[in-house]
Amino acid sequence: MINNYAFRKFKNRLFFVLCLACVVIAIVPLLSILYEVIARGAPQLSWEFLTQGPGTIGVSAGGIGPAIQGSLILIGLTSLIGIPVGILSGVYLAEFGNNRYASAMRTVNDVLTEFPSIIVGITAFSVVVLTMGSFSAIAGAVALSFILIPVVARTTEESLKLVPNSVREASLALGAHKWRTTLSVVLPAAKSGLVTGTLLAVARIAGETAPLIMTVLGNTYFFQGFGQPMDALPLRIWRNALQPYPELQAQGWGAALVLILIVLALNIGVRLASRGRFRK
Amino acid sequence: MNRKFTGDNVFKILAAVIAASAVVILIVTAYTLVSGSVPVLQRFGLGFFAGTQWNPVEGREIFGALPYVLGTLVTSGIALLIGVPLSIGIAVFLVEMAPKALRVPIAYLVELLAAVPSVIYGLWGLFVFRFWIQNYIEIPVSNSLGWLPIFSGTPFGLDVLTAGIILAIMIIPTVASISKEVIGAVPNSIREGAYSIGATKWEVIRHWVLSYGRSGIFGAVILGLGRAVGETMAVTMVIGNTIGPAAIPTSLFKPSQTMSSLIANGFLESTASLEKSAYIGVGLFLLLLSLIINIAAHVMVTRVLKVKGGAVE
Amino acid sequence: MNSKENTEKSYTEQMRPDVKMQSIGLNAWFGQKQALKDINLTVKANAVTAIIGPSGCGKSTFIRTLNRMHELVPTAKMSGQVLLDGKDIYADEVDPVQIRRRVGMVFQKPNPFPTMSIYDNVAAGLKLTGAKKGKNLDEVVKRSLEQATLWEEVKDDLKKPGTSISGGQQQRLCIARAIALQPEVILMDEPCSALDPIATAKIEELIVNLKNDYTVVIVTHSMQQAARVSDFTAFMYLGQLVEFGETSGVFENPKNELTEKYITGKFG
Repeated sequence: MINNYAFRKFKNRLFFVLCLACVVIAIVPLLSILYEVIARGAPQLSWEFLTQGPGTIGVSAGGIGPAIQGSLILIGLTSLIGIPVGILSGVYLAEFGNNRYASAMRTVNDVLTEFPSIIVGITAFSVVVLTMGSFSAIAGAVALSFILIPVVARTTEESLKLVPNSVREASLALGAHKWRTTLSVVLPAAKSGLVTGTLLAVARIAGETAPLIMTVLGNTYFFQGFGQPMDALPLRIWRNALQPYPELQAQGWGAALVLILIVLALNIGVRLASRGRFRK
Repeated sequence: MNRKFTGDNVFKILAAVIAASAVVILIVTAYTLVSGSVPVLQRFGLGFFAGTQWNPVEGREIFGALPYVLGTLVTSGIALLIGVPLSIGIAVFLVEMAPKALRVPIAYLVELLAAVPSVIYGLWGLFVFRFWIQNYIEIPVSNSLGWLPIFSGTPFGLDVLTAGIILAIMIIPTVASISKEVIGAVPNSIREGAYSIGATKWEVIRHWVLSYGRSGIFGAVILGLGRAVGETMAVTMVIGNTIGPAAIPTSLFKPSQTMSSLIANGFLESTASLEKSAYIGVGLFLLLLSLIINIAAHVMVTRVLKVKGGAVE
Repeated sequence: MNSKENTEKSYTEQMRPDVKMQSIGLNAWFGQKQALKDINLTVKANAVTAIIGPSGCGKSTFIRTLNRMHELVPTAKMSGQVLLDGKDIYADEVDPVQIRRRVGMVFQKPNPFPTMSIYDNVAAGLKLTGAKKGKNLDEVVKRSLEQATLWEEVKDDLKKPGTSISGGQQQRLCIARAIALQPEVILMDEPCSALDPIATAKIEELIVNLKNDYTVVIVTHSMQQAARVSDFTAFMYLGQLVEFGETSGVFENPKNELTEKYITGKFG
């Protein structure tokens, strides 16, 4: 009996240690990734690296200017398409969502958020690239929008549901119409959740690679038009990583540092901002 | 009243139409993939999914998706095998054990794992992690247990095992955060009852908390499986990318290929329409698999969290 | 805390054999808020001790310190001593897990384990210490359910989930669950507050019978219940023990003005 109890106590201790070990095991890769990206990427950073196009091996180092520019254009274009559509979808689900049509939309939306991103690439390729006859910035933005819309719709719905009903009733009682109430009372009340969720969604698409392969294609030129192929940071990282030249691999790490800075800045900044708001 | 002032109706209909964009995306995707894979399915029928050859040379074309289906299943299986216990351990630690001051920062770090772009996992996997696996796992294991079929092959570090482990890391944030919610939703009265009959913390968690939350955790696991199945870039960069029968994942230490990495690697280079159709066919199968997995997970997770939400209130 | 050893000795020596538990200078906090202030109370063996008082007076907190359930609340702290057979259950070498097997508990809301059958609810505690399935275990389960006066009602449904029976039955199942471990003391935290009058009457009858084998401490907000089931009554107010004595004395002839007010329904 006493042995049995000692064994139970031992298992209890062991279990605590194991759970702690799980946390450590999960955090080691994160720290290693951050360390390697900074250690290998930081030496690359220079004004030239950030602004110039790729050089020729052995002649000039060059930079990842087109990739940064392309990524920014993609993020902008995708946001322009995806955010309004996503928010309006979310508004519908939250404000008019008590019917079977809406719950069907909600389920489809949830399923879309878990779509393999490479599939989205195939779709955008078939619908946009084949129709336009060329790989293009637009095709990339369409593909990324397909990823962004469901995520924004979901966070919008969740943020709007946090707005107390009394806020809506107060506005309706003043004689405001539902649409006025939604646009000028409910949405502003949910602003902080909306901004947080949307920026996190944008951070996610900023790092998407797979759908870009068959849509914007990637090249070494600065922006040549929305209907033309374009470079992007994730594509540049991927292509450079597979190059046999150490200089190009090193530039890949530099690009990775820039990308991770963009993504983490969005993540950490947004969370700090929203936490500050909650504290007040 | 509303009929006179149609502003509200217009707004509602507009929002409803926009909300249908999700359905439009789904339908367009389904249509594209189905119509795109018609040529290859017409040519090879169901043999497309059973075949192992992949040869785009004109006149001798033959396409079989089996190795890549297996590659996806095996790497995802490894990801679950490693990632799920880790995730549950993390979730338990966060809900039941961690000092209050540590809870938020640890949860935040785990969430950051989800923020790292897939291509950066791939880069890290290719230049850093691969050597950890090669030097500390594969070479020792290969030297001692290399005669076992699942450890056969050259321990090179770019193979099924590395891909599976990277996937395991990548599904941790998903599985851990949902498990954390599920465990947090287990009513305290159950814990108290268990403590009151003299259970240790480990026993309370194992026999009561995890047992009560098992269907929700199962949903989290399935959702993690969905992530692993659809993941592309990181896998593409570390799995070695073999084609044809060589891609059948017979050993942990052999390169292979998943459905998504096959598409990422080959889709662009494919020129002939039958070859492109073969890639789209693989995509169609990947989509179906992912749909089934995610709908199952969706049903499980929402059902569990809803019921418990009701009970908590 | 400095005088801990001294007091322990002196009180131990003082403790009479019919005293089962005793709290000495017991304080408890939740965060900054003090829930118990210097509680000194003795619990007689094989008797029912009732603790009454208005809600928020600390009576639940008090009995949760008697089997170290109090410390499961993240912000909870305590000081002072609780003696069980003369030994401090908060001494360093004492493990709460073992204390809880000796001092069982029944909660305010019936909380049978929802993932377990009726049988397993009763057997769960014994299984933890390695009891194997078989005749012996069946026997203990049967005896515990009989003592909890539930056996006749559930003997054909032992495989059904513990939550499939009525609220009153669930509470008796929880009592059987506690009894199965053969504890020395059974703590009951307002065990009837979620039950209808008929179920309450059954539990009260059960409590009176339980004292033949166990020492019972019951928290209740119902003075009638305290009067019906208990031998001793403690009245608590604002975290302090105001009055303690034989039930008849406390109810018929309260010494403290506050107690009198409470008992006559002037507040609370």
